[in-house]
Amino acid sequence: MSVIIILIAVSLLVAIGFLISFLWAVKTGQYDDDYTPSVRILFDNEFKDESTSANEKNIHSNNNN
Amino acid sequence: MQHTLKKNLCFHCGDACSGDSVSLGDKLFCCTGCKLVYEILEENNLCTYYNLNEQPGVKTSNIISNRYSYLDEISIVQKLISYKNNNQVHVTFQIPDIHCSSCIWLLENFKRVDAGVIQSKVNFIRKEVFIIFDESKTSLRKIVESLARVGYEPSLHLDSISKKEKQKTNRNRIIRIGVAGFCFGNIMMLSFPEYFSSGNLADPGLKNFFSYLTFLLALPVFFYSASEFFIKSYQALKQKSTSIDVPIAIGIAAIFIRSSYEIIAHTGPGFFDSGSGLIFFMLIGRWFQDFTFDALAFERDYKSYFPIAVNTYKNGIEKPVPVSDLKVNDKIRVRNNELIPVDATLIKGQAFIDYSFVTGESLPVRVDAGQIIYAGGRQTGSIIELLVVKEISQSHLTQLWNNDVTKSFESKFEKLVNAISRYFVLVTLLIATVAAAYWWQVDIKKAINAFTAVLVIACPCALALSAPFTYGNIMRILGKQKIFVRNYQTLENLADINTIVFDKTGTLTENNTAEISFVGAKLTDHEVQLIYALVRHSSHPLSKLLSQHFKLNDPQHLTDYTEVPGQGISGYVNQINIKAGSEIFVTGNKLANDNLTKVYIAINHVCKGYFVFINTYRSGLKHLAENLVHEKFHLSVLTGDGNAEQHNLATIFSNKVELHFNCTPEQKLNSIKSLQQQNKKVLMVGDGLNDAGALRQSNVGISITDNTNNFTPASDVIIDASQLINLHKLIAYSQRASHIIIWSFIISLLYNFIGLSFAVTGTLSPLIAAILMPISTISLVLFTLVASTVKSRLLGFK
Repeated sequence: MSVIIILIAVSLLVAIGFLISFLWAVKTGQYDDDYTPSVRILFDNEFKDESTSANEKNIHSNNNN
Repeated sequence: MQHTLKKNLCFHCGDACSGDSVSLGDKLFCCTGCKLVYEILEENNLCTYYNLNEQPGVKTSNIISNRYSYLDEISIVQKLISYKNNNQVHVTFQIPDIHCSSCIWLLENFKRVDAGVIQSKVNFIRKEVFIIFDESKTSLRKIVESLARVGYEPSLHLDSISKKEKQKTNRNRIIRIGVAGFCFGNIMMLSFPEYFSSGNLADPGLKNFFSYLTFLLALPVFFYSASEFFIKSYQALKQKSTSIDVPIAIGIAAIFIRSSYEIIAHTGPGFFDSGSGLIFFMLIGRWFQDFTFDALAFERDYKSYFPIAVNTYKNGIEKPVPVSDLKVNDKIRVRNNELIPVDATLIKGQAFIDYSFVTGESLPVRVDAGQIIYAGGRQTGSIIELLVVKEISQSHLTQLWNNDVTKSFESKFEKLVNAISRYFVLVTLLIATVAAAYWWQVDIKKAINAFTAVLVIACPCALALSAPFTYGNIMRILGKQKIFVRNYQTLENLADINTIVFDKTGTLTENNTAEISFVGAKLTDHEVQLIYALVRHSSHPLSKLLSQHFKLNDPQHLTDYTEVPGQGISGYVNQINIKAGSEIFVTGNKLANDNLTKVYIAINHVCKGYFVFINTYRSGLKHLAENLVHEKFHLSVLTGDGNAEQHNLATIFSNKVELHFNCTPEQKLNSIKSLQQQNKKVLMVGDGLNDAGALRQSNVGISITDNTNNFTPASDVIIDASQLINLHKLIAYSQRASHIIIWSFIISLLYNFIGLSFAVTGTLSPLIAAILMPISTISLVLFTLVASTVKSRLLGFK
């Protein structure tokens, strides 16, 4: 029967891991705003750094021509 | 069809473009302001803004060059920012204009507009943007100015500099709920083997292992999550009163002590599963009840409305000074659209004061040199110079807040629950003792068993949950109807109302429309065309009302348009001179002084007469008044205006209303007080700062607003103007809520009775407790949620 004790101990450890990650999420303010991130994730990442955005500008002007 | 419609809409803000629109390439803009914003965004490669939503822009108002010069003052900047080190400054702005995903996108890419910004993050619900910037590259003033330039002007008011307590308590509560839920689930799982084997687990070692594990898991629930109940009941007992927390705390303590004993003495598995479940559900109930509308502020006073600083001027030098430092006899300068923060007399300039936030009156009032202007008015027109008469804390309006009203927030049901709790504790202890005494002769063990079982089962968990869930649900339903209730006590107070007091201007009357009539010889069609051609050029509120009033197509071409701020406008159509404005501007002399809002018209220097503007009443008022009279409410109207409207008001309220004219803010407050002294429960409906005192004094204060982003004075309920006609439904709903709660009290007492019958006979097993407690809780929560939703449907709320 001792195997079930090990199993329960392991399952509790896993559960405690989730509890800790929940506490971390609350403390870092991830539950303070439950709307904006849902919009933010849909934005394209246009401005990674200056060089890529410059490329985009070129593409844009090419399209116009 | 749709295509042509879209074509005439401004590419930036979506307003209809009229003749004076400007275009850039194939894009049409309604004004140069909108075009300017587009140009700024295009220059910075930010045109995705326009791809995310159609016409997402906000119309910009003209920014006067040194409007934000006070943001250069270090003392003011330090009060606004939240954190600062050598290379970073953190600041949070409230921006009421945030309304769509484009706004989020633009504001979060704001570093493209201002290179000194390191990071910006929007909280859409709170309409806030959090900005980190580098002070060596930019300044607070520059950021605010560039935000304002693209149409996102931060609202900077006197209360922005008094730092607010962040929502620490809310996070704390969520953590407590999370811990309780985690432990409850695991304890439940560990208790199942015991229940399924009906107490005869094959391996005693395994049984002990499960028991000790549940004991360990129960510790954080009882000592951390439930600490709120113990602390509150201790506080209540210290003040020699009881609250619902006392029987809850007794129940929880009984569960903990008995279960610990059972586990340590190896006599049983204890009640930890039902106990931690109870705590988990009750914490959820409290969280549900304390639900608030994040985007709204119910506590706003003059501070959330008055500016932070104002320009003073001395020996020809202008200098921004924090409003709180203004002294009597200081000279201040106020520009177009700026607010007068203190009572002051006019020295120089043409003052046209818009008191709409103060009185609800939307039409500007003309003030002559030497006259006093009260704090809260907004100048429209040119720059004026004023002499401070009173310091801000002494001024006419701010004094309303010095009169401190403390609303008693112990509500009827809290009182009832507290009263029940007192008897509950006594009766429970009595039953427990009697049961123990009865079993004492038979079996001492059974006596102790019965005694603790009564305390365990009598924990009034369902009773504690009925009001929170009913009111929480009702507040959410009303919120969807644009009726925002501050807290659940307000709903209880609403149910007791028997007297309703209305403010007139801005509450019963509409804010942005007016009935316009012309006094003088009848205008010919040609003359109307001429006047329309003139007034559509001006952005003055009266001109806008006039051009809305005419609604003509293809206006004639106007030349030589001139605007004398605060005076009037003039121009030429085919050599015909047209003038519109104040009496002195149009006719050259000033005769009448009758408080009417008028616009004089002259064509070719001949005065044709004048337009009179009268506020119109909101539609549906008559119906509302009939319903309220039918339900036997005592109605009255308080207004700061004269009795010119007596006849109209009497028609709307079919003579069943008390009318009081020429009320000052103090008189409004006092008349509420005197009604309350006659033991009446008063509901006050108002909208402006001048009602603020009365709104606070009344049992329930409702403030009306056309736009919930706008300023509303401190009140208990904020409702959208379109919902005013549903006022009787709101009151009826709050009364139904009381019935629902009384029924749920009865149901919860019934469950307690059933539980007690097990307990006194000494047969309460952990399994019965584990079934009965969750069933009673969940069925009661379901009952309150379903009943309150059904009632709202019946009343016509969706």
